[in-house]
Amino acid sequence: MKTKVLMFGWEFPPHIAGGLGTACLGLTRGLAKRDVEVLFVMPKASGDEDQSSVKIINASDVESEYEYSDVEQCWRNIDFIQIGSNIRPYMDPERFEQEVKLAILETTKENKITFKNKYPFSGKYGANLMEEVKRYAIVAATIASQNEFDVIHAHDWLTYAAGIAAKKKTGKPLVVHVHATEFDRSGDNVNEAVYNLEREGMMEADVVVTVSNLTRDIVVNRYHIDPSKVITVHNAVDFKSFKNINIERGIKEKIVTFLGRITYQKGPEYFIEAANKVLKHYPNVRFVMAGSGDLMNRSVMRIAKLRIGSKFHFTGFLTGDDVKKMFAYSDVYVMPSVSEPFGISPLEAMQSGVPTIISKQSGVAEVLSHAIKVDFWDVDALADAIYALLAYPGLSEFVAKKGFDEVNTLKWENAATKLKEIYQTLQKTTLTK
Amino acid sequence: MNNKTLCLYFQIHLPIYLRRYHFFDIGKNSDYYDDFANSNYIRRVAKDCYMPANNLLLSLISQYDGKFKVSFSISAFVFEQFEKYAPELIDSFKQLAQTGCVEFVGMTYSGSLACLVDENEFCNQVKKHDCTIERLFGKRPVTFVNTEQIYSDEIGEMVANMGYKAILTEGARHVMGWKSPNYIYTNSINPELKLLLSNSRLSEDISCRFSDQEWDQWPLTADKYASWLNDSEGDIVNLFINYETIGENHKAESGIFEFFATLPNEVLQSTNFEFRTPCEAIEKHGVVAPLHVPYPISGADEECDLTAWLGNDLQNAAFEELYKIKDKVNSLDDKDILRDYDCLQSSDNFYYMCTKLFSDGLGNKRNMPYDTPYEAFINYMNAISDLVLRVENAVENKNI
Repeated sequence: MKTKVLMFGWEFPPHIAGGLGTACLGLTRGLAKRDVEVLFVMPKASGDEDQSSVKIINASDVESEYEYSDVEQCWRNIDFIQIGSNIRPYMDPERFEQEVKLAILETTKENKITFKNKYPFSGKYGANLMEEVKRYAIVAATIASQNEFDVIHAHDWLTYAAGIAAKKKTGKPLVVHVHATEFDRSGDNVNEAVYNLEREGMMEADVVVTVSNLTRDIVVNRYHIDPSKVITVHNAVDFKSFKNINIERGIKEKIVTFLGRITYQKGPEYFIEAANKVLKHYPNVRFVMAGSGDLMNRSVMRIAKLRIGSKFHFTGFLTGDDVKKMFAYSDVYVMPSVSEPFGISPLEAMQSGVPTIISKQSGVAEVLSHAIKVDFWDVDALADAIYALLAYPGLSEFVAKKGFDEVNTLKWENAATKLKEIYQTLQKTTLTK
Repeated sequence: MNNKTLCLYFQIHLPIYLRRYHFFDIGKNSDYYDDFANSNYIRRVAKDCYMPANNLLLSLISQYDGKFKVSFSISAFVFEQFEKYAPELIDSFKQLAQTGCVEFVGMTYSGSLACLVDENEFCNQVKKHDCTIERLFGKRPVTFVNTEQIYSDEIGEMVANMGYKAILTEGARHVMGWKSPNYIYTNSINPELKLLLSNSRLSEDISCRFSDQEWDQWPLTADKYASWLNDSEGDIVNLFINYETIGENHKAESGIFEFFATLPNEVLQSTNFEFRTPCEAIEKHGVVAPLHVPYPISGADEECDLTAWLGNDLQNAAFEELYKIKDKVNSLDDKDILRDYDCLQSSDNFYYMCTKLFSDGLGNKRNMPYDTPYEAFINYMNAISDLVLRVENAVENKNI
């Protein structure tokens, strides 16, 4: 029996704002190899995604067909959406779903008008996000009713509402995949609306997949989800997609790299403070912060204040080949995340043969032995680790070699095997129902 | 009758646009400039402003038979850019110079802030400018206008030591107090150096407000302006005006060309002012007093201080980095390195990193090539890093 999955994602390489897209791609590829069919739904597909193993439905191209009994009713529905976004940041997904159902089912009355709405999706995380999440859910219900599948799989909170809507529409089991939680993104200043939406998704789900045990603990302890339905499936790294490129460097100094969004979650300030300490003892080095984010300007100001601007560079957000180029430039890779559910980029660094330092507060620390692990807040330990990897070639060569071997055992196929087991268990339970 | 002096200074300031200089370029590609943006800007302004304005001045000079005079504050770097992108301007300025009614003042080569760091570097830059002026127009400047009119007692002393007779600055309110800018003062350390002060109100009436229809004096006509000159006290009125005022900042439709075309007649007929070059003015009028300026002042915005260029950590860090290598650069005899070093010294590079512009909207005044001061800093530091590498390599090779 071939399993078919309706998957709700938000982004896909090359259009990514974080590791979520990379993980979606790796997982779908892995699933394809394990004979699982994936129907991937995402807002605003742009046409140049890798479609070898997934069929992408562009959610913006799907016309949601609602038939309303009269014009008045239609206006009331549109109003309803707007009110939802004005008074509360988003509408209660369940109630929302009921409205959708009502709208779709109410086709018997006379005097009906068919509205075909193409909802435009911006495809980027933006100010209108809650609105988009809602619209996405409307479309999700339509897609769900038009396609055959066995399991629904929703990636991260942005698509949970869609997953719930699809489940309500079809009665198929729902898997929600937690790549990050609101606690990772915002520390303890959680956005309640997001938290609620996340919890809603986890509650409605038949299985909650987490990318690490670290995240599993958060889901169990802070979202109060029944531990028996929370399963960890560690991320992996795609060997095929990551070819090393040979680059001639223009710089003689060694290079220590931070690559990621420059946000609270990623701990950029610890990288800067450690860089400042290292530079005092080891001048033959440059530091690079590759990425962008809301702490970027503050970071620039900080390195100016520390007067290390000639040894500390910013590249802005890197994509595609520039990421590979950056790894090829790097002698040490650092991920000092304050809270990292998993963290794929250290795996990519290790695959490029770059010795890697990760924070103990990252999920990826659970699967790696040959990376140096420090507490994110321990700037001295971080500086020590950077210095050691710069100054002792014996150490850096060893870590690079062992890390390379280790990371290549982490395959998406293994993650896919675990997922497939979850799907099949759910399928069986549904059938027996 | 002791005639008063009207001194017209036209300043040309060209932005130097750097291209997006990426971290990956460091050590590999040492071309820092956005040639397209630079040449585009120059060609456009040359067509709308510099050429027609030059032609106007030329015809006025011949029409008034030597009674209409102007001075230009144009850096050697700008002339080099003209040679590269708009060579017809060089001929035009040479024609103006040949009338004998035009004075070219001394400046730093590329509009640098070197006067704040090091006397040697400052003097090098000034000499480089003077050589270009002499090469082009056959005369060395005798009066001086510093970058952004920056002035202090010490800067004045350095300028005097280089042999200049006078310097023009803007009389910042906190320095002038009740004193009028319409007299000639002297440097407080070396009284040999005369101090000319631009009249900011009368200058800005033309440069800033001319086409402002909200202004209660709009439209400004030459006879109205002449009456304001008549109302002014003192010996001299120095008008320091961006040359782009004529045809670029105020477009031809605003009537700015007509204003300047009729101004000489109004001034000569209905006022007791005469047009003089700065070097004639200091011969004509006596000095009234020394002026004490212990801290540097400038002609920039309300504060008239240095905070537009050196007011935050981004600017200070970049500035320090730039001048760390000055001795090494000067020990080399590498034309390319020297040229890049000069360009990267341009005060604009620091102006783009200014964070106080967030509030007062000054950012619109010049064409800002960056979205944020942070981007300006990142880009500039990458370029400087590459220059530092080149300098270090060159020093190493020299020592072998």
